[in-house]
Amino acid sequence: MLLTTRSLTKTFPGAKALDSVDFGLAAGEVHALLGENGAGKSTLIKCLTGAYTRDSGDIALDGAPISPRSTSEAQELGIGTVYQEINLLPNLTVAQNLTFGREPTRFGMVDGHAQRRRAETMLEGYGIDIDVSRDLAAYSVAVRQIVAIARAVALSGKVLILDEPTASLDAREVATLFNVLRGLRDRGLGIVFVSHFLDQVFELTDRVTVLRNGRKVVTENTADLDRVRLIEHMLGHALEDEVSTRARTGGATARPDLLRFEGYGRPGRIEPFDLSVGKGEVLGLAGLLGSGRTESAELMFGVTPAQTGAATDAGGMLDLSSPRAAIAAGFGFAPEERKEDGIVADLSVRENIVLALQARRGWARPIPRAEQLRLAQMYIDRLDIRTSGPEQPVGDLSGGNQQKVVLARWLAMTPRFLILDEPTRGIDVGAHAEILRLIRHLAADGMSILVISSELDELIAVADRVIVVRDRRHVAELAGADITSDTIVRAIAAPDAKPTEAAQ
Amino acid sequence: MNPRLYPLAATIAIFVLAWVICVMQFPLMLSTRVIGNLLTDNAYLGIVAVGMTIVILSGGIDLSVGSVIAFSGVFIAVMLRDTGLHPLSVFALLLVVTTGFGAGMGGLIHALAMPPFIVTLAGMFLARGAAYMLTIDSVPIDHAFYDLLDDAYYLMPGKGRLTLIGVVMLLTVAIGMIVAHRTRFGASVLALGGGEAAARLMGVKVGHTTVAIYAFSGLMAGLSGIVFSIYTSSGYPLATVGTELTAIAAVVIGGTLLTGGAGFVFGTLIGVLTMGLVQTYIVFDGTLSSWWTKIIIGLLLLSFILLQKGLLRLTTARLQP
Amino acid sequence: MRNALRRVIPQLVTLAALVALISVFFPDVLRIEVMDGRLVGPVMDILKRGAPVGLLAIGMTLVIATRGIDLSVGTVMAITGAVAAWSITQGYGLGGALVLALLAGVAAGLWNGTLVAIAGIQPIVATLILMTSGRGIAQLVTEGRILTFSHEGLAFFGSGTLLGVPVPAVLWGATAIGVALLMTRTALGMLIEAVGVNRSAASLAGANARVLIVAVYVTSGLCAALAGIVATADIRGADANNAGLWLELDAILAVVIGGNSLLGGRFSIAASVLGALIIQTVDTGILLAGFPSDYNLVIKAGLVLLILVVQSPNLAHRWYALRRTAREQRKAAMTSAKEPGE
Repeated sequence: MLLTTRSLTKTFPGAKALDSVDFGLAAGEVHALLGENGAGKSTLIKCLTGAYTRDSGDIALDGAPISPRSTSEAQELGIGTVYQEINLLPNLTVAQNLTFGREPTRFGMVDGHAQRRRAETMLEGYGIDIDVSRDLAAYSVAVRQIVAIARAVALSGKVLILDEPTASLDAREVATLFNVLRGLRDRGLGIVFVSHFLDQVFELTDRVTVLRNGRKVVTENTADLDRVRLIEHMLGHALEDEVSTRARTGGATARPDLLRFEGYGRPGRIEPFDLSVGKGEVLGLAGLLGSGRTESAELMFGVTPAQTGAATDAGGMLDLSSPRAAIAAGFGFAPEERKEDGIVADLSVRENIVLALQARRGWARPIPRAEQLRLAQMYIDRLDIRTSGPEQPVGDLSGGNQQKVVLARWLAMTPRFLILDEPTRGIDVGAHAEILRLIRHLAADGMSILVISSELDELIAVADRVIVVRDRRHVAELAGADITSDTIVRAIAAPDAKPTEAAQ
Repeated sequence: MNPRLYPLAATIAIFVLAWVICVMQFPLMLSTRVIGNLLTDNAYLGIVAVGMTIVILSGGIDLSVGSVIAFSGVFIAVMLRDTGLHPLSVFALLLVVTTGFGAGMGGLIHALAMPPFIVTLAGMFLARGAAYMLTIDSVPIDHAFYDLLDDAYYLMPGKGRLTLIGVVMLLTVAIGMIVAHRTRFGASVLALGGGEAAARLMGVKVGHTTVAIYAFSGLMAGLSGIVFSIYTSSGYPLATVGTELTAIAAVVIGGTLLTGGAGFVFGTLIGVLTMGLVQTYIVFDGTLSSWWTKIIIGLLLLSFILLQKGLLRLTTARLQP
Repeated sequence: MRNALRRVIPQLVTLAALVALISVFFPDVLRIEVMDGRLVGPVMDILKRGAPVGLLAIGMTLVIATRGIDLSVGTVMAITGAVAAWSITQGYGLGGALVLALLAGVAAGLWNGTLVAIAGIQPIVATLILMTSGRGIAQLVTEGRILTFSHEGLAFFGSGTLLGVPVPAVLWGATAIGVALLMTRTALGMLIEAVGVNRSAASLAGANARVLIVAVYVTSGLCAALAGIVATADIRGADANNAGLWLELDAILAVVIGGNSLLGGRFSIAASVLGALIIQTVDTGILLAGFPSDYNLVIKAGLVLLILVVQSPNLAHRWYALRRTAREQRKAAMTSAKEPGE
């Protein structure tokens, strides 16, 4: 074994984050680390990389006990980490990022030429051809991710830990990344791969370790596992299968139209599209990242106003020139980036829930405190938001509960049309199913909902109709029994599809 | 051209354009005399602005420098008056004091995890207060060595004087350029400006770097104080009030992002010279009242900021397909 | 209400400690006498002299709550003071002078707010522009002179009394209470905090972030205008060079002493007002205690450092960790003591 932990334990106030975890990583394998949020994945990683100090237990690298006290110490020992977001510095050049801390110097000064040459050498074999003297910010997330891996491998060279590396990559970029990882595995590195995407786990990894509530549940060869058993390990109970329990209505039922978008578009963001939204209908929007999914939603909600076409309802033209206008038209929008665009972290659960309602009423007509508390308590109960109370800052809640708070904010508005962009991203599997159920309930009560998701299962489970987006165009519309992962994938990957730019 | 150079190019272009306009109106402004005076009059500002550039590149700010310059002048004047030390020893002592002062502020910023704005605000009060405690009057400096320094210049063709302090300023800018753009320390500074969390992951010793950054700014402020004392031949505790803001303005006009992480020491020199050019123009014109200087510098600041904003939007817009 | 009180306890304790410290050197610090129908004493003096910074701190609190900063307020004081003095000397009367000065404050706030909220320039840079050029504008109004006037009506705002209390203090108190009530009794407070913590999320929830941000800068400009009127009325003249010089720093300091985060979000007007009181108490206290005023800046610096140490998130964290371990050790000791019996 390359890297092993024995009885690794770490306690935080109120919770045992890791409880006697034994973990082993062999050289030349990709080892998936799985678990729901709070299972202990990130704590384990942080203990391995020196970001946390363990309470008890041993870590051994190549058989020798180690206790790194900082990430740079772990790096020098041979354990490199690539995180989901903050890895490198976008304001420095690619060459500076790659050689940072080990710049070639001449007469005490950094030798720019040697630096660029070294950077180019470091990137050899990763299959990307970029100008290393440009700012890192000039390149796509995928390229940055690969640069980060190149740096980590060059600095450490034994163990590579990848924390959700594919969260913001599209399929083509994921494929490039996986090729890089397979190459590194064949060179004898041990790779720890953390991901929410089970497909990717099955595609890439050799072994899987599942954590639950701070304990190790199982370590097994990936080939010996199937999806259902893996999810069972993660959840500890059999997953209620949303897909099979939902009876298909068979063909599109006739629903009265609520809204119509005609020729709706904006050059550079999304080509003009026609879309009708039925009352009580759940619309799915499928497509790869960057295909124009989020752009469609932002257009409809007035975040970036449309430049062509019109939106109408039974009463005539709608003004959707800004979020405020869209809200006035009865729209709601829970954005993809929950932390950046969704929650107001320092404010309480109560304030976050009443925020949109208050904004609509205007500053001069405050919602009485008692009414705010009633609303907050109602949604805490109804959506089962796990919080110590309505006054807890929402930033202290877990991802799933934060998402529910954002949902509650919009439900309190009783919108007629609610747009949910990746409502289940980064949420553990249990909350996942709850949110899908909630969407069905709301639609049954007459709300029209647009769900954007990169998980096909999810769309198949909730949507009455699925719009497929590709290359910033709405390319297909599927309804009823036609909604299967096969049809959606085929629509996404239609033969006339132009290749999306991987770099740039 | 590498897009990262756009702001610098804009800064230089606007400076050249401004100068061409000035020369078209007053051909004398092309003379080496004007150039020499521009360098001499702005020497202290240029030096302190180099330190400020490093601080701003790291995402920080140093409000104490104006007070430190005043303190330096008073310190030198009082030491020369009351002790028999040679000015060079006094200079050395002063630079140790101001560097240590800067390092102390850097240490506090890091140890207390408090915004540099507030910590250096305390430093500003402290340095100014210390100057008051030394003396509340203007103390003239009368020393043979100072006369020597004051008279040291190279006569350029056209009777322009390239003074010692002007040269010191240009040298400081050159050193600043090397420190910021060609050393590991400079890379760490830019890394901090790009984001502390990421910088930490990249292995930047945040504490050491922060201390070094503010120590460097203190050193520059001390050096600037020496130059200012040569320029004015006196020490006055009320001198250089607000210089920190002028320096910040010069850095911003020079194309450095006030949020940190991107910018150029050379641009700062251009920023200082642009501001000097405005003052010179107003002197040449003669009919404009002195307060127009402030208004024009304000407008200049505004146009540079808007220009950068526009450039930034342009480059990022091009990035997206 | 109890929460609001608990919020300002550190500031109250600091103020009490300062007063106690001063009373060691100057026992009569809290004495207030009635003389010619006006209250006199060190406390009244502090309230009167602290009014400009106190007024600035009110607007500054709101600006900082939106994650901004307004460096121009000292300069705006100079501009509005100059406008007031100029209007009086031009014969526009008291009403005209006040209205024009307040309008100048609103205009300054609109300018800053537009640069920040609509042009999207960082607040520190945006307000730096007016800070550097504003004194030029004030000098333009006064034509470079100190513009003096003799108008009792305007002078009343600087040196008059209302029910025995100095007018600047009354203005300060009334503005503070007015703004604080406006924030808590309407939804403005919450909306400003939401915009300050996460502008993008607040905008998507329908909060009109642009208007709110412009509004806080306008409020700051209005507060600066009031402070400028008070300062000008006090010396019966407008000094474009020195009016309000560096008071923006004192105002920011007051907000920080008030425990408001420079990173925006939760704010307390009362705490900022107490912060301004603390600053002025130090200023006046040094004089009362008989120290030379040269020490003023050094003591202020020491005070700032002390407050920084006390409020430092790092130290707070360590203190919290220390208490936690102590508690856990106690608990552990108790359980281990219990265990043998079970």
